[in-house]
Amino acid sequence: MKTKDVVIIGGGITGLSTAYYLARAGVKNIAVLEKRYLGSGSTGRCGTGIRQQFTTREHIILMRESVKLWLEWENNLPYPIHFRQGGYLWLLSSQSELVQYKNYVRLQNLLGVDSRIITPEEVKEIVPDIDTSNIVGASWCPSDGNAYPFDTIFALSIAIKSYGVEVNTFEEVKDVVIEQNRIERVITDKEQYATHFVVNAAGFGAVKIGKMVNVSLPLTLYRHQIAVSEPVSSFLDPMVVKGELYFTQTYRGRIIGGTDLHEKPTNNTHSTLSFLEQYANEILDVMPLLSSLNIMRQWAGFYVVSPDHHPILGPTSVPGFIVGTGFSGHGFMLGPVVGKLLASYIVHGNMFLPEANNLTIERFKKGKLIEEKAVIG
Amino acid sequence: MSDKDIIICRCEDVTLYDIKEAVRKGFKDMESLKRYLQIGTGPCQGKTCIPLTEKTLAKILNEKVDNVGHPTSRAPENPVPFGIFTVKKK
Repeated sequence: MKTKDVVIIGGGITGLSTAYYLARAGVKNIAVLEKRYLGSGSTGRCGTGIRQQFTTREHIILMRESVKLWLEWENNLPYPIHFRQGGYLWLLSSQSELVQYKNYVRLQNLLGVDSRIITPEEVKEIVPDIDTSNIVGASWCPSDGNAYPFDTIFALSIAIKSYGVEVNTFEEVKDVVIEQNRIERVITDKEQYATHFVVNAAGFGAVKIGKMVNVSLPLTLYRHQIAVSEPVSSFLDPMVVKGELYFTQTYRGRIIGGTDLHEKPTNNTHSTLSFLEQYANEILDVMPLLSSLNIMRQWAGFYVVSPDHHPILGPTSVPGFIVGTGFSGHGFMLGPVVGKLLASYIVHGNMFLPEANNLTIERFKKGKLIEEKAVIG
Repeated sequence: MSDKDIIICRCEDVTLYDIKEAVRKGFKDMESLKRYLQIGTGPCQGKTCIPLTEKTLAKILNEKVDNVGHPTSRAPENPVPFGIFTVKKK
């Protein structure tokens, strides 16, 4: 039996970021437990995007703060994460969409995000290869961007190991033991950990972990697919969005992107030909010049979706059982701020942004849901 | 011949030296090694380099090849252009 101050379940961005901020706050004795390899869940399968163009106060403020932390990570982590502020270029197809996004931009501006509505001509100036004949304008935020998921995972794991955090991969949590309404132990297939704090950052496995302590998490798994092209020299800095299509170019030169097939919930991550067909048609509508570019590989991952498309953060009915999950497709971009918020809750007993307190599991009991309208991919 | 001159993954330009260094840094299973060195994620889709890397890793760890893990093969089996999926619109 090992004794730990905090045990974090899940070696994706949420778990590693929480470990990072806990260690930096002086917590010495931390273990991160990952059932496969680091980044093997939704983090390593994500579309790389980092945006502040959301439609609710909670998402906009959390992402505004997260972007500041992404910049810090880019400068301070001991391995390059390739964070790039190439902007998000959100193409709008109709007047009604334009009106809707003007309202979103107004809220984003009010909360300190530098988005604005631009004309098709300005779109051409930013990305000359976009076919603007079917658009009426775009919502443009130059400080949005992307980062490379596995590089971010490696950078965080190097950093936290240097702070003395124990990172155990291929180790699966089998039970979390409560005695007198308090966390006492975490039991895995290899070891037992005596602890009073557990962070459930298990992504698509979070529901199962919650059940171990009778915390029911209202989450549904949706498969989302992605494809990357062969590498070509850099020509596309922003993330381009139209409807539910999104794509950008990674620093390795590949066009990465996806779209939404509106599938029913599923628990497999197989990739399908129908995805490639729909994605290819949607992307060529926006950028016909990609027609001869080769699609190299495709894969799928989960959106772990909550009833209002916002994460579930912070304390639960079990003292010491903290959750960070239900990101609904936004877990990678929220990773830095969520790690800092959860670490703050454990160390100081509060999450430092008032908006984060609207995102606890309590909101489902009280019926205080906050619907996000801009979910893509 | 130096390990730095022995190329294991041609698409991503990874040498035997890179693999040995990565294993030394703690990337001791195929899944993590693949993602750290980006082996097998190029246009050949890992057809050449993944078996080579598995064999190399098994040798370094003194393990059976079956025990080092085998990453999922990703579709499409060979790269295909976006254009072949185009549906003509009315």
